[in-house]
Amino acid sequence: MLNPDIRNDFPILDQEVNGYPLVYLDSAATSQKPRQVIEALEHYYKYDNSNVHRGVHTLGNRATEDYEGARETVRKFLNASSTKEIVFTRGTTTALNLIADSYGRANIAEGDEIIITYMEHHSNIIPWQQLAKATGAVLKYVDLEEDGTLSLEKVSDAMTDRTKIVSMMYVSNVLGTMNPIKEITEIAHVHGAVMVVDAAQAAPHIEIDVQDLDCDFLAFSGHKLCGPTGIGALYGKKALLEAMEPTEFGGEMIDFVGLYDSTWKELPWKFEGGTPIIAGAIGMAAAIDYIQSIGLDAIEQHEHELVAYAMEQMRTLEGIEIYGPRDASKRAGIVTFNLEGVHPHDLATVLDMNGIAVRAGHHCCQPLMKWLDVSATARASFYLYNTKEDVDRLMEGLRMAKEYFQ
Amino acid sequence: MKNDKLDQLYRSVIMDHYKTPRNKGVLEGSNVTIDMNNPTCGDVIHLTLQVEDDIVKDAKFEGEGCSISMASASMMTQLVKGKNKEEAIFAAHAFSDMMLGKEVDESVDFGDIEALTGVAKFPARIKCATLPWKAMEKGIAGDSE
Ligand SMILES: Cc1ncc(COP(=O)(O)O)c(C=O)c1O
Repeated sequence: MLNPDIRNDFPILDQEVNGYPLVYLDSAATSQKPRQVIEALEHYYKYDNSNVHRGVHTLGNRATEDYEGARETVRKFLNASSTKEIVFTRGTTTALNLIADSYGRANIAEGDEIIITYMEHHSNIIPWQQLAKATGAVLKYVDLEEDGTLSLEKVSDAMTDRTKIVSMMYVSNVLGTMNPIKEITEIAHVHGAVMVVDAAQAAPHIEIDVQDLDCDFLAFSGHKLCGPTGIGALYGKKALLEAMEPTEFGGEMIDFVGLYDSTWKELPWKFEGGTPIIAGAIGMAAAIDYIQSIGLDAIEQHEHELVAYAMEQMRTLEGIEIYGPRDASKRAGIVTFNLEGVHPHDLATVLDMNGIAVRAGHHCCQPLMKWLDVSATARASFYLYNTKEDVDRLMEGLRMAKEYFQ
Repeated sequence: MKNDKLDQLYRSVIMDHYKTPRNKGVLEGSNVTIDMNNPTCGDVIHLTLQVEDDIVKDAKFEGEGCSISMASASMMTQLVKGKNKEEAIFAAHAFSDMMLGKEVDESVDFGDIEALTGVAKFPARIKCATLPWKAMEKGIAGDSE
């Protein structure tokens, strides 16, 4: 387990909610922010705020250096080979839409196939639905195993030589499943398809190496890894990004503007139209530095232990159903469940009245809810600042809910 | 274990309607059918009404959702029976006011339904309580067009 003093880095955790010390178990929706990130944002706005890539003045230079420095931080974080491959976006959703709108529109024709899975988040479903509708392509779903994992055999069976895009989540925000992205990428490449990775739930919890994965695109959000909202990144292989058209046009992304025609800046700036998310990028870089200073391996280990403890405790409750792999070492810090006789919303309200924050609902995964044959579930998600005491508080809350609804 | 705020929300009348819902099912020979859902949480209601000569003769519901939405549906079906369309729509509006913590027109006798006033203090749950009433209003207003 990580040192519990880590909690002290997160000012927000030091408060009472509804008369009880806060237990925050909703980090999969968004993580809390450490002092180091809040201070980086404050420092930027207090001392360096300026627009980037334009001024000659000193503040402009500082802001540009910090913003481009943040790109280098992301490059190292993903082990990409060049900062040209790192595009700042508003988050995972924007990044996935960019791939569908730019790469997709240019490379997908009627009858081509796009392959996703039943466990995807809406943001990795709808951009492909829209692309399929606009082009006449076929959207195919890979079925899941009973325990909510993916079998390489089924993934492989789904692909044909018409498959052009394979897009899958690295870690499931509901089941906690970690998907074998490296192996799936290999299969996709055999069929000549590009591999897109939704790493929104992976980047906060596990080491990512895009060169080792060999994926073609990968997207993540800053706010889930201790960074601010409104910032994320898209990684794309240079050759692919170079051939792609921007989807947003305006200032910052242009090279030369004529009356009827314009040319674009080089990578990665051609995809960053308008004043970029400067403070966000700086805050996200501070967040990456922060989680790396603790170590992603250590974070992953910490979560495995918490999840193992939580699942073991929860299984002692009668009427509990836990979704996803039974083996805690096969999941990231997420436990999604239902308690018989207590609707997840009621459960979330009872927990909230005890100072415990969990998520209830469909978690932006309606197709997965359908696959699980439930209308809603409750989800406890853990991060580096959570402790076994948090799990104990959750258990108390669950017992209370059971009593209430008996 | 005890929690006063929870007791305010989950009054015994509400729990009773949740556990033993009244008018649950699908009405045979209904002439008004409404399906409504709450996209943020997945609650769904399937409401069937029999409206004759301006009067709601019978009502039944089926659905899936939390205790608040299902208890509210059960109570709503009880209240609406025997009301004319205008009264039913008026009650839907009055109920919505009640959930928003506003003054409620005294001409509607909500009886036990007033147990749901506790929901007004739980902003995230107000939509659960109003879903069945919105469905009823939609069905009846649609029927009068
Ligand atoms: C697996 C997964 N993909 C994509 C997203 C979307 O991320 P964002 O809302 O930051 O764009 C989320 C976050 O909810 C997620 O959990």
